[in-house]
Amino acid sequence: MTSLPSHTNKKLGLVIDLDTCVGCHACATNCKSWNSGGHSAPLTDYDPYGPQPDGVWFNRVHSFEVKRGDRPNLTINFPRSCLHCDNAECVTVCPTGASYKRSEDGIVLVNTDKCIGCKLCSWACPYGAREFDADEGVMKKCTLCIDRIYNENLDPEDRQPACVLACPTSARHFGDLNDPESKVSQLTAARHGRDLMPELGYKPTNKYLPPRARKIDSADIGAPEELEPFEADGFLGWLDKVLSK
Amino acid sequence: MHPAFSVIFFTTCSGAGYGLLAMMGIWGAAGMLPSERWMGLSGLLFALTLVTVGLLASTFHLGRPERAWRAMTQWRSSWLAREGVMAVLTYIPAALFGLGWVWFEDTTGLWAVAGVVSAILAWLTVICTAKIYHSLRPIHQWHNDWTVPSYLLLSIMSGAVLMSVLVHLFGAENPYIQGLTVVTLALGWGLKTLYWGFNKRSSGLPTVNSAIGIDAAGDVSVLELPHTSDNYLMKEMGYKVAQKHADKLRTISHVTGFALPLVFSALAMFIDGYAALAAVVLAWGLCSLGIIVERWLFFAEAKHTVNLYYGATKV
Ligand code: SF4
Ligand code: SF4
Ligand code: SF4
Repeated sequence: MTSLPSHTNKKLGLVIDLDTCVGCHACATNCKSWNSGGHSAPLTDYDPYGPQPDGVWFNRVHSFEVKRGDRPNLTINFPRSCLHCDNAECVTVCPTGASYKRSEDGIVLVNTDKCIGCKLCSWACPYGAREFDADEGVMKKCTLCIDRIYNENLDPEDRQPACVLACPTSARHFGDLNDPESKVSQLTAARHGRDLMPELGYKPTNKYLPPRARKIDSADIGAPEELEPFEADGFLGWLDKVLSK
Repeated sequence: MHPAFSVIFFTTCSGAGYGLLAMMGIWGAAGMLPSERWMGLSGLLFALTLVTVGLLASTFHLGRPERAWRAMTQWRSSWLAREGVMAVLTYIPAALFGLGWVWFEDTTGLWAVAGVVSAILAWLTVICTAKIYHSLRPIHQWHNDWTVPSYLLLSIMSGAVLMSVLVHLFGAENPYIQGLTVVTLALGWGLKTLYWGFNKRSSGLPTVNSAIGIDAAGDVSVLELPHTSDNYLMKEMGYKVAQKHADKLRTISHVTGFALPLVFSALAMFIDGYAALAAVVLAWGLCSLGIIVERWLFFAEAKHTVNLYYGATKV
């Protein structure tokens, strides 16, 4: 059924901190690694060892530079994965019922047994979150790691998305954005989390935390700003003269 | 957007087919065409062949063509599903109308009703096709008020141009039919010119700043891409056509799709015999070429918001 649920009990999603992300691609590679054997497996690769390697990924890390006039330029590392939108038009355009949004937790998924590979959902996603698997002829996308977050075989602390667990700077946070008390909701409120392309009205669940103001001058730690040149005499002075010739 | 051959072929071919089917339905029901068997057979068969070949071509670009039947199930939310349902439904009155015309050589009464219903369903199918594109908010060049009227009018126009050829072949020329061809060519040309003008002037609301959630912070440029070779997104949605080439193709489309067919169709009203037939055939051939170029541009010039992540500053 590709009509959207009128409301979802939970809104599970990610909060991504653009201030602390260092652009290491750990989330992207761990996503690839987990999902290669996960719900939407395989994550096909084409020509992986050739000159033009390509393949299906659910998470991609971009790097941008922001020029800000007389303030120093800012580097933004930007991980991009499905935002599990409230108003997911990738779902409503699907002619087959393969794409759907779950009413219990708001996760947007593809049933690859029903998908005809018409690609229309990937056209309807403003964020480029869906990638077509040309080998299997079906569409694939981030599952919010449903096979981890509900997985009773994992230790409770491991029941989190693979990308969240892999991040070395804890720039990715997972939780229920419908619950104002949750850690992710509070983080979003405290750091003024943003929707991406709010103009289009997709109402994404995932939020992005913009970089905090950065200090331009370094803090005073009591050290001299410049070092005095050192004039040696004696043997060291002679050595310095010989070597500087 | 990548201008895939199968989709260009589908929209132009079945667009013309539905246009011709509607012309047969309306003019046939109005008693303006001879209810003679061969006229009905050639017109309806040609229209339905164009439609069917187009629909089949559209299934070629599917990853799983054998599951195509599933594409009709979600008509409650999806314009693509609605298009599939309408396309299948259209065959029913069209077959009935064909039965009356070809078998009983009768296009009046209930047969005429079937003709009018075929025309309405044909137009609705074309509207559904246009709505598929119109409903995509990430693509500003499609998500605007021009897309649906332009698809519908160009389909009617392509059908009218074909109808002219048919009536000249059967010696059933009629100033109303030929007049409609001239009028739809003029209207189609005007509408498409305005549509192209709109896309030249206007661009979508999202910017690279809103795409990465850094509003009003400064000029954003790409420092590093996530991958070293083109991925699905860039191949499917990152298609770029140089402005110079696009303008050249647009001129070709203006001339062959609209201007020359308009001249030849108007000319055909004042001459007769083989000269008139040659004029309408020429109008049809040129118009088909021009509409294929127009459709190629429709896809190639559409800019998806995902390009904002890959270096575009506006879409
Ligand atoms: S990010 Fe794209 S694929 Fe994910 S729910 Fe939103 S529109 Fe759909
Ligand atoms: S590619 Fe598959 S999931 Fe996407 S719209 Fe088509 S049928 Fe639905
Ligand atoms: S939630 Fe899972 S599937 Fe989605 S980007 Fe993270 S690791 Fe990949």
